[in-house]
Amino acid sequence: MRRRDAEQTGLNRRPKPMSDTIPSAQSGGPEPLVVIRAVSKVYERGRQRIEVLHHVDLDIPEGDFLALMGPSGSGKSTLLNMIAGLDLPTEGSLSVAGHRIDRMSSTELARWRAANVGFVFQFYNLLPALSAQKNVELPLLLTRLSAARRRRNAAIALDLVGLADRASHKPNELSGGQQQRVAIARAIVSDPTLLVCDEPTGDLDRHSAEEVLTLLQRLNREYGKTMIMVTHDPKAAEFAQRVLHLDKGVLVEQAGTSV
Amino acid sequence: MKYLPLLFAALMRKKTRTLLTLLSVAAAFALFGMLDAVRVAFNAPQSVIGIDRLITSSRLSLIQPLPYADLARIQSTPGVKAVTYASWFGGIYQDPKNFFPNFPVEPESYLDMYPELVLPQAQRQAFLKTRTGAIVGQGLADLHGWKVGDKIPLRPTIYPHRDGGEVWTFDLVGIFKAAQPELRASEKQLLFHHTAFDEGREIGQGTVGWYIVRVEDASQADRIAQAIDRQFANSAFETRTQSEREFQLSFAKQIGDIGLIVTAIMAAVFFTLVLLTGNTMAQSIRERIPELAVLKTLGFTNRAVLLLVMAEALVLLLLGGLIGLMLATLALPIIGEASSGQLDVAMRPESWLLGLGLMLGIGILVGLPPALKAMRLGIVDALAGR
Repeated sequence: MRRRDAEQTGLNRRPKPMSDTIPSAQSGGPEPLVVIRAVSKVYERGRQRIEVLHHVDLDIPEGDFLALMGPSGSGKSTLLNMIAGLDLPTEGSLSVAGHRIDRMSSTELARWRAANVGFVFQFYNLLPALSAQKNVELPLLLTRLSAARRRRNAAIALDLVGLADRASHKPNELSGGQQQRVAIARAIVSDPTLLVCDEPTGDLDRHSAEEVLTLLQRLNREYGKTMIMVTHDPKAAEFAQRVLHLDKGVLVEQAGTSV
Repeated sequence: MKYLPLLFAALMRKKTRTLLTLLSVAAAFALFGMLDAVRVAFNAPQSVIGIDRLITSSRLSLIQPLPYADLARIQSTPGVKAVTYASWFGGIYQDPKNFFPNFPVEPESYLDMYPELVLPQAQRQAFLKTRTGAIVGQGLADLHGWKVGDKIPLRPTIYPHRDGGEVWTFDLVGIFKAAQPELRASEKQLLFHHTAFDEGREIGQGTVGWYIVRVEDASQADRIAQAIDRQFANSAFETRTQSEREFQLSFAKQIGDIGLIVTAIMAAVFFTLVLLTGNTMAQSIRERIPELAVLKTLGFTNRAVLLLVMAEALVLLLLGGLIGLMLATLALPIIGEASSGQLDVAMRPESWLLGLGLMLGIGILVGLPPALKAMRLGIVDALAGR
């Protein structure tokens, strides 16, 4: 049944072609999906210069489920935004699936995000005037799929997150957990390489949070989606394969989490 | 087409605000439609009928009469085929609100000059023979329920009767019709004998209001007009000869420059509309910054977001504007009727085109600033609510 879903939605585990790659820090192994080298990020507020990330090196293999933890202001969301192509590093290089996204223009980045990244936000960020179905269809508007095909794929994605019966509901008619599951359906509907989740359970009660995390874990395990999740919650981090800690813009700990 | 749900969602986000903005736009364009119809009615090219007619009036003012003696000199001007004359009487029927044009004319030459006033032959003959006779247009007769044989009393506002009577009374001997539907405004006038008028009035004997000149060759009208005016240059009664259409506009302009007045009102209306819809659009975009940031996050390019916001403004203006122009189309016949046919107002293609141009122009004007803002939105800052 799940395999059939995967075929219908187009969700798959096939690696993307690699090109223009950065040499991996891990010699000998397969090329990581995300390769980050000496990345720094500096914000300038007036005369003040704030270094949010300092010479970060990081490899994220394909199929990984990585949790990024750290105190507020440690730079974890900034790192996530850069991996997702929402922000650019001040220094260093950043490659995802062989694409040097730090060299892309804003238009190239937008197209790259549409094809390669799914987003899950803390506050769901669904469009309030659209039904769950239409919200899930949003990323597909950027493809050449027909309207019927868009509807079908969105319905399958909603089915995958267990909300097929809520397709016509507006976000304000859904609970927080349901809204987050709609957001996850929106994130996976175009079969992205990478799923980035910024505090996906930060606004949910414990039960809903577990449902959402279980769903993310399932997408990682069964569909091979590479997950990068920023969280404050150690219990949420337990769902990840790996947990990294950031402090004052520096990766200070790399702990393996058994799964 | 596939972005329509997004547009619809943006407009339906605050239904009351969208509805009120639509109503404002519709009201503004309804007003535009009606005012522009008035402007066009005043400036519309006249029927082919009359292109060979010129009007000679006083150079000083329309209310300044000309000597009757000028008739022969004008008639003798090379290129002039026929001449007649008329004056402004300004009589009131029962109540000032019943205003209609009433002119003393020289009956035979005047009816020859205006073949578009169609009068049955018997009634024409009766008019020529009856010194106290008057003819009216069908529209005016219908309005007041007049029929041939009625007596029509007019109270003078300029020319008191020599015998001291308070009214001039005319015998209705004929009812004429306009030869073409577009000339039906001419059915709202009353004509009577200039000779009887001249003899009966207490002041101004021996003068006429203006001469109407038919030229042999319409293409020579300008030259003939100049020739007529040259004859009276440096005299006590200098003339100004112009086309019939210019003369009619001069009449209308006695109450002001209609085009300028209408344009000024429309400019004020649209200035207010720009401020109103501009503010609404700006507010709408401010409220939706996180949503726009989400669209960009999902992969909508800066250009796509700009076009979405622009489309939203254009849809609002086009929808409201078209509703407004349709309302104007429905209202104009009622206004035309209320003016007793004096104003031949209707929504014409040029008004629709101008209206569409204004909708697009205002849509771009009010949509561009918020669209540029949306386009330049930094995703990270917008998602963080900064």
